[in-house]
This record gives sequence, structure tokens and C-alpha cells, in this order.
Amino acid sequence: MTDGAKDHLDSNPDNPQVEVTSFEFDAESEAQIAKILARYPEAKKASAVIPVLYVAQKQMGRQTGSAWVPRIAMDRVGERLGMAPIRVYEVATFYFMFNTKPIGRFHLQVCGTTPCMLRGSDDVLSACKAAGGLKGYGDTSADGLFTLTEVECLGACVNAPILQVDDDYYEDLDYDRTVQLIESLKRGERPQPGSTIGRETSAPEGGRLTLLDVPGGN
Amino acid sequence: MALQDKDRIFTNLYGTQHWGLEAARKRGNWDRTAELIAKGRDWIIEEVKQSGLRGRGGAGFPTGLKWSFMPKSNPDGLPSYLVVNCDESEPGTCKDRDIIRHDPSTLIEGCLYAAVAMNASAGYIYCRGEYFNEQNILQAAIDECYAAGLLGKNAAGSGYDFDLYVHRGAGAYICGEETALIESLEGKKGMPRLKPPFPAAVGLYGRPTTVNNVETIAVVPEILRRGASWFAGFGRPKNSGTKIFCIQGHVNKPCNVEEEMSIPLRELIERHAGGVRGGWDNLLCVIPGGSSTPLLPKHICDDVLMDFDALREHKSGLGTAGVIVMDKSTDLIRAIARLSKFYKHESCGQCTPCREGMGWVSRMMDRMVEGRAEIDEIDVLENVTRRIEGHTICALADGGVWPVQGLIRHYRPMMEERIAAYKRDHAARVFPMAAE
Repeated sequence: MTDGAKDHLDSNPDNPQVEVTSFEFDAESEAQIAKILARYPEAKKASAVIPVLYVAQKQMGRQTGSAWVPRIAMDRVGERLGMAPIRVYEVATFYFMFNTKPIGRFHLQVCGTTPCMLRGSDDVLSACKAAGGLKGYGDTSADGLFTLTEVECLGACVNAPILQVDDDYYEDLDYDRTVQLIESLKRGERPQPGSTIGRETSAPEGGRLTLLDVPGGN
Repeated sequence: MALQDKDRIFTNLYGTQHWGLEAARKRGNWDRTAELIAKGRDWIIEEVKQSGLRGRGGAGFPTGLKWSFMPKSNPDGLPSYLVVNCDESEPGTCKDRDIIRHDPSTLIEGCLYAAVAMNASAGYIYCRGEYFNEQNILQAAIDECYAAGLLGKNAAGSGYDFDLYVHRGAGAYICGEETALIESLEGKKGMPRLKPPFPAAVGLYGRPTTVNNVETIAVVPEILRRGASWFAGFGRPKNSGTKIFCIQGHVNKPCNVEEEMSIPLRELIERHAGGVRGGWDNLLCVIPGGSSTPLLPKHICDDVLMDFDALREHKSGLGTAGVIVMDKSTDLIRAIARLSKFYKHESCGQCTPCREGMGWVSRMMDRMVEGRAEIDEIDVLENVTRRIEGHTICALADGGVWPVQGLIRHYRPMMEERIAAYKRDHAARVFPMAAE
């Protein structure tokens, strides 16, 4: 953290900043960063700030079990990309996918926007609360396993309602299947993402009505 | 007459086959690419113009015309850019996701033609961060194309050099607005730029840039292969082509499907999505083109056609063709209030009418859900939406107030009834006007 940035630490006791004093990219992250930087002109490295911040967040997930971006990691990103720290903080706080506070091992992200609401996202929410031991949005379970967040439209509306666990979409959910999913996560299993009722991706339930006769066969 | 499989562009929409290059070639992708490019930039633009293709991202601007705004050459030797908008975040829209995860070759090949047409040497596909797994597939498909010589130097043996990259976002609806997308791609907060200058003059890194939606670009290869008149043969004049519709909500079998433009809404729902839950007469209303487009009550849905002009006549729009169906069990005021909350959440905060207005509208709508309001406040709400609309840099706020305007236009009695019911249950107190 830069000296100036310390002046702006959140002094709200309900929002304690977890002090993380060191962060260095590991080999896996370095390999990803090298690929990312190759996409942009050398003089425009700042373009990589979003993907590299996400690399940092994923690394925190690997190393600590909590995928978030501490300030020291933002500073490392800034150094790497030749950006002033404030420019990185701006980006990290503007975009919703960056967790600026520690989260649980699994990030349960319930889509609550109208298309999911119409298909029963209220049930998905209550299942998350009941099975995950969560009080509501923003809460992290006492065992540190789950953090519950309401997200806006995930863009998989024909498979609503959706629960996004970390990066994976679980689709066509209802109360019971959401509970089952969370129970599997507790057991350390990771069910296959996608439709939970065995649909072929975005095709109608019960089988395709179109694309029955296409080149390359079925 | 429904669209036949032989006329469908996205033959792997559901991912039945593999997304990889070998399977894509069997489906007809990358056929005669060099030959088509050899016909030249002007030919490509003319074919796209003649096809009648209009942008599939919501605004419906003619694609060929948009491309023609790009400079023919860059005497300074610096590049022009193609940017593809895959920030798909409009509630109700999930078509680009299927293109990039199941049929990525249609998009990648389309990028090459678009780049030739606009003299762009590099392209970026800006993909919403939540599509993490989908992006990995798109990136792998691009890597495969590089290995096969279809991208990079002398792409596909055409003599044209073109590089294509995937860029990831991180959860911001506003980045679907083209200038916010460019800001974000430059590593900044996604706040829209004032226009002019337009991106075709000053875009990514200050260079000439054109931003197109994924579906717009992905249909171009088949237009060039089969001819403009083939594509223009579907749909009504000025609304031509095929289109992916995302049919969802209270239907028996929600799905994505590629259909002919101008298909009647009722046929679309009944043929492909198993009909409205409880039958057609159980329909309350439909949001026809993603959350920003005002809803249509059932009597309009009975015979409206799904295209730009027909929906515009009913003060709505085709938008992204995300068809959100609501049956009579829906708490419609709550459904629209949830959209208001969405726009409040997604406002970038740059313009005051949007930053303050979206929050105010959302809080008012929450009261309307309960009926905890005065009847006159419906007029105040409508009036305020008119003062927000058109007074901001980008169209987010417009899209945010249109659903509320549509609700008041068609369902004002429902809102009044709810207010009356609240007053009955809560000893007729008077609320301070428009207080939050």
C-alpha cells in the first residue's frame, strides 16, 4: 500500500480491513499474465488491468481459500502494468466481480433479475440460506465455506434460474436441486456445471425441435 | 412457414457437435474464405448492405453502413480496430453465449471479413467476465485458428494480416455501451464517452474503431457465401435475415432458437417454446426484446410480428430479441421494479439524471409494489422518467425508464388498484408526495 492510500482506510468497525501485507504472483499466475500481456500493444499495458486483477483474485483463492483482491495485490498489479495505484483501485472497485473483502471458500451468486425471478430465483435464494447456513446477501457462513451474493442478470436466461458458484453456472434450478448442489459442495464434490435437469444446453426440455438435419450429423 | 434447418446459420447452437475447427469445417465454416476476401473490401460492404443486416445488439443500425464510416486507409501507418461486443448483459439475453461456446468459428471467421471491410489489423472480442468457461472455449478456438493459419499473417491464405484477441470484463452492464466498452478495454472504469467524436473516427487507443455485436459479425460469413439476396429473403423488407430468439419466463419449454425475422410472436412461443404456461389465454404480457424494451400486453402479443419496425409501432422494440413471457400469476409491478433495481445497480454514476434518477425510480417502484403511495404519484413517476430520458450521455437511463413507462402506459389501473388495496388495509393515511 502506498503511504497516501493509508489515509483512506475504512475505519468503520463493521467493515474491518483484513491486513494482507504481502502478495507476489506465483508461477501459474505469471504464465497467465504473460499470455494476457501479449494481447495489447506494449505502450497500452493498462488494458490488461481487468484480466490481471482477476488472475490475482484467482491466486488468492488458490492460496488462501478466499478469492479476493487485497490492496497489496492491487499495488502489485499497478507496478506490473505501469499504472498509478489509484487507477487500479478505481477499476477494482468499479467492477462487480472483484471482491475487495475476503469471501468464503465457495462464492454463491444468485441471479435475482427478472428473468430468473420469474422462474423461481426466490426459491434458489432460500435454499442457499437454509443449506448454506447464511442469513442473507452479503453474509458468509460461520464455517467459512460460503459467501452469498445477489448478482444481476448472468446472461443464461433460457436456463433460469441460475446459481453461479465461483465461475460455474448451475442452471434450471429449484429449491431441492439447489440444496443438493450445496450439500455436494460441502462434501467436497464439484458437480458438473450446466443444466441440473439434464437439458441439452439451451435447447428446449425434452429434446431439440430444430437442428435435426445439419451437416456433420447429430 | 418456419425456417428450415438448411437455412440456419448457427447449426451448432446447442453444442450437439464439437466446437472445434475440424467439426466447424464440416458444418461449412471457413469455406472459400480467401476467395471471398479476394473480391475486396467494397464488395464485402456492398453485400452486407444489400443483405439488409441490422445490428443484433439492440439498436438495429444497418451494419454495412456502419462499416463504411471507417477510413479506407491510414496514411499514418497506425492501425484501425474491430471490437466485438460480447458483454451480453441485457436481462433476457443469452444468445452470444451460445455462439462463443458452441459455434465460435462463425464469429472468428466473421471477424476476418469485418476486419477486411473496415481495414482493421486487429480485433478484440470483449467478453463479459461471468462467461469464464465460455471464454476459455473461445480462446481455444482462436488458438486453433492461429495454428491452422486462419488468423495472423496471411490469414486463411488471403494475403491479409489480422490478429484477434479475447478481452475479459468483470461484471458491468454498462460496458455493453460501445464507448464504455472502449474505455474498459483501455483499462479504465466503464464510463461512456461523449459523442462525437464517434468511434469510427476516435475509438480504441484513439484509433478508428467499429464496435459490433457478436451475432452481427457471426452471420456475415454465411451472407457472403450464400449471397445478400438469400439473407434478405427472410423477414420483411428492412427487417431481413434470421435471428436468434431467447424465449424464457412463463413458457413450458424455454429455449434459444434461430428463426426468421418477422415471425409472429405467438407462433414463435408456441412452435418453439411449448407455448405459454397454462395456455395462450393465461398470458399477461411479454417483454419482447430484452429488459429495456417496454412490455406488450396480451392483446398486442396476439398478432404482433417480431421485427424492428413492427415492435416500434407498438412503442417497444426488437432490442436483443430476449423474449420474456409473463403469465397471469405474475406480480407485474414487482417484475418491473426488479428491472428498475437492475438499472440502479448498473448505472455507472457519471451523469446525474441516471445516477440519482435510477435510484429514485427504483425506490418509488418498490413503494408501488406494496401500493404504499398516492395515486397522483404515478403521474409524478411518469413525469420524472421523461426528465431522465434523453438527458444522459448514453442510453442506459433510457433503457432504465422505458420499462416503467410501459408499465404505466398499459397497466395503470393495476397500480391504482394496489394503492387502493394498501389504503384499505392501512387506515387511509396520506403519503408525502414523491417522498422516498
